[in-house]
Amino acid sequence: MKRTFKAASVAAFLALLLVGVPSFISATGRSDLYYTLTSVALLSIVSAGVWITFYIGRINIGQGAFALLGGYASAILVTKYGVSFWLTLPFAGILCAFVSVLIGLPILRLRGVYFAMVTLTLTEVGRLLALALPITNGARGIVSIPLPGAITLFGVTLVPDFATLANPRLAFYLTAVVLMAVCFACLYRLVHSRVGRICQSLQQNEELASSIGVDIANMRILAYALSSFLGGIGGAMFAAISQSIYPSTFTIADSVNFMLNCFLGGLGHVLGPMLGTFVLYFGWDLLFQTGSFQLLIFSSILIALMLVLPNGLLSIRLRGQSQG
Amino acid sequence: MEQVIVNGLYLGTQYALIALGLTLIFALMNVLNFAHGQMYVLGGFVTYTVYGQLGFPFAVALVCSGVTLAVLGALIEKFLFRPVIRRSVREESTMLLAAALAFFFDAAILLMFGEKQRGVPKIVNGIFLSDTIVMPYDRILIGVLAVVMIATFMLYMQYSRPGRAMRALAQDRVAAQLMGVNVDRYSMIGFALGAMLAGAVGGLLVTITGVNSGIGGPISIKAFLMVMIGGAGVVGGAIAGGFILGMMESVGLMVLSDFGDVTYLVIFVLLMIFLSIRPNGLMGKPWG
Repeated sequence: MKRTFKAASVAAFLALLLVGVPSFISATGRSDLYYTLTSVALLSIVSAGVWITFYIGRINIGQGAFALLGGYASAILVTKYGVSFWLTLPFAGILCAFVSVLIGLPILRLRGVYFAMVTLTLTEVGRLLALALPITNGARGIVSIPLPGAITLFGVTLVPDFATLANPRLAFYLTAVVLMAVCFACLYRLVHSRVGRICQSLQQNEELASSIGVDIANMRILAYALSSFLGGIGGAMFAAISQSIYPSTFTIADSVNFMLNCFLGGLGHVLGPMLGTFVLYFGWDLLFQTGSFQLLIFSSILIALMLVLPNGLLSIRLRGQSQG
Repeated sequence: MEQVIVNGLYLGTQYALIALGLTLIFALMNVLNFAHGQMYVLGGFVTYTVYGQLGFPFAVALVCSGVTLAVLGALIEKFLFRPVIRRSVREESTMLLAAALAFFFDAAILLMFGEKQRGVPKIVNGIFLSDTIVMPYDRILIGVLAVVMIATFMLYMQYSRPGRAMRALAQDRVAAQLMGVNVDRYSMIGFALGAMLAGAVGGLLVTITGVNSGIGGPISIKAFLMVMIGGAGVVGGAIAGGFILGMMESVGLMVLSDFGDVTYLVIFVLLMIFLSIRPNGLMGKPWG
């Protein structure tokens, strides 16, 4: 009973995103919402990566570096070598996972605030590297990246060439939503598997976990690589949509925002990062009318939210459950 | 080369003061104060207003900076951090609060003081010249003031009653409470003291480098670097980290000037290597 209810609600949610939102937008003519929603979908993928590192008990403020790396990897391959975007997307993720294993081997030994500070500087390293390396074209960045091409399998066009579409925004929106759904489904599956429970044991007590025989070093690396993989994919997709990438595309403020998304949504639930990203991004957009007071009001609301709900938005529901 | 070393020492005194405040707050409350750089900027702007605009003596302005930030720090601890620490399940929640505070200060400073780079008249004129060293007198004065402040702070922590209470708190919060230390009160004093140090450095440095509303974030990052080098939560480590970073910056700017703006890239990479060998920094306690 509970299972069918869950499946039905997931299907309803997807139907709302894939059919409901586009028809609502075409009815009201607010096609700017496509860009906003696409960004929310992609940023929530990146935030989901941060969430995984939270799940093993590490505070990750370095996701911006991997998003930047993924974006640059895809952009360089597409513009300089003419590789199809759809091939560069997984490549960007795998490259980020690989780099994160190299970096993670030393720094994952750090805990708590130390790890947070090291990852924070990692974001800055990413930005400085993008500025200094010759292949990234410095501060001018890489611009006018071509739109993703078609995917054909045995002569059947699976995904049309984005450049020929009448409404590439809609196409990007659909791609991003599907990508998000896949990522979160995998994440849900992972968290509710044996590996997920082991990760949770790392979050609670690493020494205890290791004494029962969990290979904590490997688990940490695995989780961090997964986290960076999501960061790379999100970054690559983001570069494709904005058709440009600069060293300032993902900075420390973005890394902090990814962390805030997870916090705000709640660290106890898989959907936390998605909800957090949605609320933060839309809240920020809604406050645009307030002009120069935007950041002031935004941060005041954040502070107030922390005072009222220090454990995230999804903790409302959890508290209700435990009382009832 | 002597010039480079003197520059490094001078930078180091300023950096050490910034790192001291951050490490104090961390040691007492386990809070990573993201808003530290913003507090520094606010201190700079208070001195700019009192000394540069209203024309009071520099000493008055400096005291104003320190007091403003101390009061602000005490209020932030009492009304924001304390309730959140008490009620949240995970202690990392304070990082969100600190990050939100950093955004808040950024916005408030921008609204109050604008985005322009602000400077004040020199406090002392003239330049010290010898065969190998060129150093303006005001830099020497600021450097000496910073050293005096560091020494006062260390003596205060070592010998005064609040200082001893705070050290006990940093060592073991529960044990300190059992020994009759008023934990709430000394957390507040500690936070106020940390904020005051940030404000005072801001006031000192506005006479040399000026201040603008955008430098809060970068200053915070530098402070994090120093704390990581020295080890979080240790007074000696913060001072060592400050001097090491000041020296590296000064030397790096000279040695690496041919390769463009890569000094900080090199520092970051070195830090990563260093931390993989010594995860707790030079003098840090295991796992902070």
